[in-house]
Amino acid sequence: MTPGVGTVYRWELLKLRYQKRTYLGLGAAAIVPILFVVAIHFRHNRHGGDFAFSSYLTKSGLAVPLVILLFGAIWMFPLITALVAGDIFASEDHNGTLKTILTRSLERWQIFAGKGLAAVTYAIAAILINGTVAVVAGSVQSGFNPLQSLSGTIVSAPKALELVYVSLLVYLIPILTITAIGLLLSTVTRNSAAAVVGTLMVSLLFQLLGILPGLGSLQPYLLSTQFNAWQGLLRTPIDWAPIVRAAWVCAVYGIPSLAAAYIVFLRRDVAGG
Amino acid sequence: MSHGGGSPPVEVRGLVKRYGELAAVDGVDLTVNPGDVYGYLGPNGAGKTTSLRMMLGLIRPTAGTVRLFGRDPTVTVRALERVAGFVEAPTFYPYLTGRRNLDLLAAYDGDGAKGRVDRSLELVELADRAGDRVGGYSHGMRQRLGIAAALLRDPELLLLDEPTTGLDPGGMRDMRELVRRLAGEGITIMLSSHLLTEVEEVCNRVAIVRSGKIVYEGEIATLKGAGAMTYSVSTTDDERALAVCRAQPAISDVRVRDGRVCFTADHAAVAELSQALVEAGALIVALTPQTASLEDLFFSLTEGEAAGAPVPLGEGEPLEAAP
Repeated sequence: MTPGVGTVYRWELLKLRYQKRTYLGLGAAAIVPILFVVAIHFRHNRHGGDFAFSSYLTKSGLAVPLVILLFGAIWMFPLITALVAGDIFASEDHNGTLKTILTRSLERWQIFAGKGLAAVTYAIAAILINGTVAVVAGSVQSGFNPLQSLSGTIVSAPKALELVYVSLLVYLIPILTITAIGLLLSTVTRNSAAAVVGTLMVSLLFQLLGILPGLGSLQPYLLSTQFNAWQGLLRTPIDWAPIVRAAWVCAVYGIPSLAAAYIVFLRRDVAGG
Repeated sequence: MSHGGGSPPVEVRGLVKRYGELAAVDGVDLTVNPGDVYGYLGPNGAGKTTSLRMMLGLIRPTAGTVRLFGRDPTVTVRALERVAGFVEAPTFYPYLTGRRNLDLLAAYDGDGAKGRVDRSLELVELADRAGDRVGGYSHGMRQRLGIAAALLRDPELLLLDEPTTGLDPGGMRDMRELVRRLAGEGITIMLSSHLLTEVEEVCNRVAIVRSGKIVYEGEIATLKGAGAMTYSVSTTDDERALAVCRAQPAISDVRVRDGRVCFTADHAAVAELSQALVEAGALIVALTPQTASLEDLFFSLTEGEAAGAPVPLGEGEPLEAAP
């Protein structure tokens, strides 16, 4: 069989299965909703429900994944994403294995594409695992009940479930941009820790820009704002404007990052290691 | 079997790699012919690894060209078809087993490489440790796994960077034995080394590199026999012979050692001397060349003043005095 992008992709997924950081990231994505639901359970019993989002969270378990998206945006999901995207090229530098795989029968672009797809697959898996665990744990705690939309209308449970998953997909748009930034820092820094922390710093920097006074007009075009685009789905009727904006704003940040990572990887000297 | 319409396995012309002011490789020309076991010899830091990286397409030359069977490895990885090797120590994924690492590389090779995994492991005597993680391998085992990984590509050309470095004496012997065996199977091999004895033992041709420049390229036999050499002469009248030697302008370093007249001269001067001795009535009983030690030559070629211009030598040309 002629090797190609698919070959790299399959082996990258296999390599991820053998690395601790994969389980750290996916484990965090799975455990956070469970801890969250346990916390709701105890707080609700003790305080009678007077905490943030309490009524929302205790009426329907389907609210749990959405509230986690709201809070996870600041650092949790960017960190989980960066754990693999920031490492996927840099670890090859660290192990000195880049020269090993670049002297076989695959062109550099094929290696880049396979690795990029693996990082994206991991990010998608992390978000879907998180959402699914949140739906199940939330439903166990608060029931698989209809959900109140942000416009105040009641949405049936099956429809709400659909909205949860579409929200997760919309949330993936900025996450893919974070993946692209992680891939860029991974190729440029050639250092896993620097790339992971750097990616997280970029994400936090956008959050910071968003709260600085006088920069309000920039707000709609910051990467951090796009993490809330999914909320448009929970309005009646659905507000597509923030979602459309998220698509192009994220493309503006993500595509040049990915292109730069690609060019750097294709042209770089593989010395050291 | 062969590629590129008879193009040599390796053809390097004017190869330069600069890092800022420093020229790590500074105008290297060399040719490796089919069937050669070619030694790329020089002290540490002479630019051997940088040259090999360019030959494998890992780094881009600042100037000059590399052709492997006529193809340019900086343009496409297809130039590495039937070419394998490693630079510095071979590296693997430490969290995967030896076999898994080879499976991965075989998948990246295609072309039936998967079917060669078992045979390659057996050839380097790692079959019984193939199920262990590479993270637990000794340096010697990784070195052998590196050879196994190269053999997956069913190579016609192997580029090996210091294959015996870091091995114990037994490991070095086994590695040289392996190199000889692979050469015996018809694989062209280019290996870098800073060990003269190693190159002398396994190679038929050699390039000697110093500060990024080739100071000699050619047959080892030629290198040993070339240039001004020391001779000793025994005649029917040694006193007269001594005077004749001293009178010859092309002969130097004339002295008496162990009762025999010794001197340094090139081939032409020795021929002239023999005639002069006969004409002077000192008949030659024995005229013996004292073969220069390759080690002396190596050190004289590689330990001149770094700033001095190395002597440019074509293949098989006489070896002139080192700078």
